[in-house]
Amino acid sequence: MTATAQTAITTTISGWGGYPTQDAQVIVPLSVSAYKASLQYYPSVIARGMGRSYGDSANAATVLQTTYCDHFIAFDTATGVLTLEAGVTLCDILKVTVKHGWFLPVTSGTSFVTVGGAIASDVHGKNHHVAGTFGQHVVSVTMLLGTGEVVTTSPTQLPDLFQATCGGMGLTGVILTATIQLIPVKSACINQRTIKAGSIDEACEAFEANSSSTYSVAWIDCLTTGRHLGRSVLMVGEHSGSGGLGLTIKAPITVPIHTPAALLNSMTMRAFNAAYWAKAAHNKTQTIPLLPYFYPLDAIGGWNKLYGKAGFVQYQFVLPKSDGVANMRKVLTQIAQSGAGSFLAVLKQFGPANQNLLSFPIEGYTLALDFKVSPSVIDLLHRLDDMVADMGGRVYLTKDAVMREASFKTTYPKWQEFEAVRQKYGAIGKFASAQSKRLGLA
Amino acid sequence: MTKILVIGATSAIAEHCARIWAARGDALYLVARNEERLKTIAADLKVRGAKETHSHCIDLNDIGSHAAMLDAAEAAMGGIDTVLIAHGTLSNQKACEQSVEETLAEINTNALSTISLLTHIANRFESKQAGTIAVISSVAGDRGRASNYVYGSAKAMVTAFTSGLRQRLYKSNVAVVTIKPGFVDTSMTASFKKGLLWAKPALVAAKIVRAIDKRKDEVYVPAFWWAVMAVIRVIPQKVFRRISL
Repeated sequence: MTATAQTAITTTISGWGGYPTQDAQVIVPLSVSAYKASLQYYPSVIARGMGRSYGDSANAATVLQTTYCDHFIAFDTATGVLTLEAGVTLCDILKVTVKHGWFLPVTSGTSFVTVGGAIASDVHGKNHHVAGTFGQHVVSVTMLLGTGEVVTTSPTQLPDLFQATCGGMGLTGVILTATIQLIPVKSACINQRTIKAGSIDEACEAFEANSSSTYSVAWIDCLTTGRHLGRSVLMVGEHSGSGGLGLTIKAPITVPIHTPAALLNSMTMRAFNAAYWAKAAHNKTQTIPLLPYFYPLDAIGGWNKLYGKAGFVQYQFVLPKSDGVANMRKVLTQIAQSGAGSFLAVLKQFGPANQNLLSFPIEGYTLALDFKVSPSVIDLLHRLDDMVADMGGRVYLTKDAVMREASFKTTYPKWQEFEAVRQKYGAIGKFASAQSKRLGLA
Repeated sequence: MTKILVIGATSAIAEHCARIWAARGDALYLVARNEERLKTIAADLKVRGAKETHSHCIDLNDIGSHAAMLDAAEAAMGGIDTVLIAHGTLSNQKACEQSVEETLAEINTNALSTISLLTHIANRFESKQAGTIAVISSVAGDRGRASNYVYGSAKAMVTAFTSGLRQRLYKSNVAVVTIKPGFVDTSMTASFKKGLLWAKPALVAAKIVRAIDKRKDEVYVPAFWWAVMAVIRVIPQKVFRRISL
C-alpha cells in the first residue's frame, strides 16, 4: 500500500476538561485500510474516540478519530458475548443489549465513551471492588500495530500485548474491534440505598461495611474542614429484579455556551455542597432507572462548559488501603485548605489491582474532583502528586493533564515493562500523545 | 414491521436512518457499491434489531441493472413498503469545470441514476397503490452557486422530478418525500471545516425518518435551512452574480 495523505481537517482539540488544547490534524478513517494508510503517512498518531478523557491523553498533532468505526459485529443474546468495532459507545451498547437482559460488566461514569477508549483507559466503575476493571471482561481485541499488522490479543493470545493495551492509553496500537462478556440483568433499574457519613472516617467505615454491595460510590464534600472533613453521602446499589427491561432515554439538556468561570467559586460550591448534604436522606431506599443511576451527568450535555473557557482539570488519585483513611484525611485537608475543590467530588473504594501494566486501580480509596484551571491549581496538583506518591498511591492517567514525568515513573513502576512491550510490537515512534511525551514515554 | 429498501446504504445519512429502522425491528434491503462496507453495515443493523437484512452490491451508474435489483429486493422481503434513495457523490466542482466527462459523470450519478430508479419504483408503487418513496436531494439544488453548481444542478433535477412525481402519484396513495439536507458532518464532507450550520448524521436521520413516517412532501433538515434557502432564492440575479457562495 502506498503512503498517501488522508482527508484531514485541522482544528483545535482538547480532552473533556478543555485543558490543554492542541492544534491537530483530525483524520476519521472509514476502514482498516484507511487506518493503515494514515499510519504509513503520518510520523506518529494516537487514536481518539469521544474525546472524553479529561486531559491530553488523546491529544496529538495527528489523531485518528474512530467515529465512523462504530458498528456492531455480533451479539449472542443467549450468552451475552458482544463483538463490536472500537468506536461504538457504551450508550449505544446499552440501547441494544439491555432489552435482551444484558448489561455492561463495568461502566465508567459517562456512557459517552467508546469501547476503544474504555479499554485503553481500563475504566472502572462503582463495582470495582467486586468486578475489577473493564479490561477484565474483555474476551479479545483486534488491533492495528505500528508495523501495519492486524493482530488478535486476549488474556491467552499475545498476553503481554493484552496487558499493555488494557490501560495502555492507546500507546500500543489502534484498537479496531473488541469482544466483551456482558452480565445478565433482570431489570433496567437499580435499587439504591443512601447512607450519610459525617466524616471521611465514617465514609470509609461505611464502604467497608457495604463491601458486599455490587455498586458503591460516595459524593464527598471537599470544602468542609474540621470535624466534618470529608463528609459524604454513600450510595450503594443492586440490580433490581423488577421494573422491566425498557431503557428510559431522555434527551439531554445542553449547556450551550461556556459560562463565566467566576460563577463557580468557593462560595457557590460551598452552597451547593451544603444543599446536597442537607437534601440527602439517611438510609433511604429508592429504585432508579439504570441511566440516571450510572450516568447522572449524561443528562446535561456539555456540562464541561460550566467551568468556563479556560477549562478544568479532573484530579483522581488512589491511596493504598493500609493507612488509607489517615492518608486520605491528609490529602483532603490540603485540598480543603486550598479552597479550590469543586462541587463534583467522588469517593470510592477499590478492590485489588489487576495485571495490566498501566491500569490505575490498586486496592484502597480513590477520590476524584474537578479544579478550574489556574497556575495556582497546577502548583497544588503537583504538591498533591508528591503527597500521593509518598503514600504509595497514583493518579489516573485518563484524567491527568499536568503530572510530571518523575511522578509517573515512580507511581507506575511497570512503565519499563510497558515500554518493552511497545518496543516488541512496533509501537514506539508510531503511537504517541501529548500526555505520553509529557510523561517521558518513547 | 416495514419492508424498507435503502439505496446508497453506505452513505452516512442512509446508514443512520437504517439504524433507527433496525431498532424498530424493520426489514432492510441494503444496496451499495462497496461490498466490504455493506457487509459491515448489514451485520451491524442485524445486531441493532433489524428483523432481516439483505445486502446487494451494485454500481448504481449501471442503469440497466436497476430493474433486476428491485425484483431481487421484492423477492427477498416479500415486497417493498418504503424506499430511501440516498446514494450520491459530492462533486469536485473545480475538476468538473475542466472536464465535460467529469461533469456528466457527476450528473449521471447524482441525477440520472436516481431518475431511473424513481421511474421503476413509481410504476411498481403506482400499480399496487401503496408505498413511500423518499429521496435525498439537497439544499444545493435550490439555487446554482459558483462553488458547487454541478452537484447543485443535479440535485435541482431530482427536486423538480420528485415534485412532479408527487403530483402524479398523489391519486395512487404513494407518498414522495423530497429531503433537502444542509451541511451534514459525514465522510463525504470530511475535509470541510465545520461550523455552526453543520449537523450530525444521527440528528439528520432522526428528522428524515420522522418526515417519512408522516409522509411529508418536502423537508429541509435541519428545518432552519428552509429560511436560509428562502433568503438565498430571493436575492436578485444582479446581486447574486457578484457574491461568492
